[in-house]
Amino acid sequence: MRNSGLYIPEPLARPGEPPRFNHLDFGTAGAVRRPDVDESAGNLRDLPYALIRVLDDDGAARGRWDPMLRPETMLKGLKAMLLTRQFDERLFRAHRQGKTSFYMKSTGEEAIGAAQSMVLGDKDMCFPTYRVLSWLMARGYPLLDLVNQIFSNAADPLKGRQLPILYSARDYGFYSLSGNVGSRFGHAVGWAMAAAYKHDGSLALGYIGEGTTAEGDFHEALTFASVYRAPVILCVTNNQWAISSHAGIAGADGTTFAAKALAYGLPGLRVDGNDFLAVWAATTWAAERSRAGLGATLIELFTYRAGGHSTSDDPTKYRPADEPAHWPLGDPIDRLKRHLITLGEWDGARHAALTAELDEEVKIAVKKAERVGTLGKSKPKMAEMFEGVFKVPDWRLLEQRRELGILDD
Amino acid sequence: MTEMSMIGALTSALDIKLALDPDVLVFGQDVGYFGGVFRVTEGLQQGHGLDRCFDTPISEGGIIAIAIGMGAYGLRPVPEIQFADYILPAFDQLVSEAARLRYRSGGEFWAPITVRSPYGGGIFGGQTHSQSPEAIFAHITGLKTVIPSNPHDAKGMLIAAIEDDDPVIFLEPKRLYNGPFDGRYEQTLRTWAGHPAAEVPEGHYTVPLGKAATVRVGADVTVLAYGTMVHVALAGIADSGLDAELIDLRSIVPLDIEAIVASVKKTGRCVILHEASRFGGFGGELSALVQERCFYDLEAPIERVCGWDTPYPHAFEWDYFPGPARVTAALRRVMEPA
Repeated sequence: MRNSGLYIPEPLARPGEPPRFNHLDFGTAGAVRRPDVDESAGNLRDLPYALIRVLDDDGAARGRWDPMLRPETMLKGLKAMLLTRQFDERLFRAHRQGKTSFYMKSTGEEAIGAAQSMVLGDKDMCFPTYRVLSWLMARGYPLLDLVNQIFSNAADPLKGRQLPILYSARDYGFYSLSGNVGSRFGHAVGWAMAAAYKHDGSLALGYIGEGTTAEGDFHEALTFASVYRAPVILCVTNNQWAISSHAGIAGADGTTFAAKALAYGLPGLRVDGNDFLAVWAATTWAAERSRAGLGATLIELFTYRAGGHSTSDDPTKYRPADEPAHWPLGDPIDRLKRHLITLGEWDGARHAALTAELDEEVKIAVKKAERVGTLGKSKPKMAEMFEGVFKVPDWRLLEQRRELGILDD
Repeated sequence: MTEMSMIGALTSALDIKLALDPDVLVFGQDVGYFGGVFRVTEGLQQGHGLDRCFDTPISEGGIIAIAIGMGAYGLRPVPEIQFADYILPAFDQLVSEAARLRYRSGGEFWAPITVRSPYGGGIFGGQTHSQSPEAIFAHITGLKTVIPSNPHDAKGMLIAAIEDDDPVIFLEPKRLYNGPFDGRYEQTLRTWAGHPAAEVPEGHYTVPLGKAATVRVGADVTVLAYGTMVHVALAGIADSGLDAELIDLRSIVPLDIEAIVASVKKTGRCVILHEASRFGGFGGELSALVQERCFYDLEAPIERVCGWDTPYPHAFEWDYFPGPARVTAALRRVMEPA
């Protein structure tokens, strides 16, 4: 149905049609070469077009990118991913029960935050998108603080000022989130430039979605990262969907997002984002390269947004309802679980027990937060509305506080 | 004390902060080796090192984004935007990020950046080198917006801005860089030589942000102005023969409301000046504040003398620029008996 000469890209399948992914080449686990971290960017120009995979379809780790992790490390990652999944399920339901105004799940993308959080150190800073809750889970951020933030209640660490899930957790290497997509990508570069200036050996990691690579912020950040050889890892989480816009609307059909690195003279890695081991390995490679003073790497984390964009979205309106179940690279939790079972380090019974245990932890945190109060039933003291605009409130804010009837402390 | 032009005073402020605080970094387009298109950063790279004062890509959004990231880390970046007319690609960074970071993060992160940018007309710069965007920043809560009118204040306020923990938009009246321009464009141009406010301490000092200065004490009418218009106001007042009180706001956020109210209550009349176009300009806010707080002291309607609501027109530089004749006319209007 072409009415004019104007081309508009469309996905291969819409609601009611069978899911199709045959426009994508997934390669083979273990097939991609692993260059030395000090290889010049000019010799890495094939990598953005390949897909780094470690775990194969049978749960075995393949090839030179296998990070050879100890089972305890993988189990820690699995636990962080599983906790994220259980938390998302329960808090999504809390929204449906009217306990908060908004929620966004990370479902299908849990390997990314978990692996990268574990690879990077305490002094490193990530500049998150709203789907890397597993970063915080891997670092043991208190569940109660998360739920209090989501409920915007009296114990909300962000003092009732921010939309649910737009967390900030400086001590956990997690920069302040915002609903404006992309606008922190350059902050990661600035932070990394500051770290380089201070010679502190730390690095920054920025996230951006594939849809947001069309914003100027993305290109500005890559330009500065390249020019100043900033110790930063710049990640494009390509989860195939930006609300209802398929990746083709962001320019995916003619190239890869990793390949955007080439124009900036940076290495670009394209990684199976549902493969905990591949994410781990690629992040380690980029971190070692940055810490060696060799600058930035762009990593495309190739994944799939298994849920809706947010609680305000219904993805069955624009993509086949069963598309998530058919994503060829599977589910990140299932794949790491299978690998651990293959190694003899895990089994179905223990997995079920861990799932129940984590769900119980979440349930307890939600109950505790509910005792403080859900949205509208409890809120931080009103004076907080006027604090933090400036370091010291000016006369306008003090007058307006009084106008609202808040007495001076 | 040393006599300095506004450029020299600004350079001195940056030089001192670079020397005293290793966390201060200066960067922007052409500011490094070359020293800036207006020469404000001349010699700083040579004096303090390549990594203390450096060139950036032509990317205002990128410049402010990296400044915020550096500021959140703990540095005190002083980015330059070459002309205030070019700041708009960075608007999202200033509004959605710099101004909000402290608030939305519950105080975990903040952006102690000072964004220097030359603004204003009177230089035949046409519509892309002459604009006065202060009102659009004043409207954004979380940003401080300040505008010095002489070398002494420029140095003291720039040091204060760099030492401030909130983001500061530091607008430099480029028509005043080399001399106190009073709008009499047909006369021989003056330099800062011999001007009392060009006597500048050589070392570190601050002029606090949020404190206005009474440039001329008077009884008949209060004139509120900032930047280049402070000097235009003096010329307009002289021509009017009136005993006007002139307040140089210096900082529009935070605003010295006490100084404004005290003066208007004394004189009972108020004329507001700015180069920026009138509709929605900062004069509207000033007028509302004066009306709210001084209504029963006012003897006449408040007057505004501003740029016209057109883009800044090249051939009509002096028809657009709110010069002393328009100031004098406004002063006479507010003095007419009701």
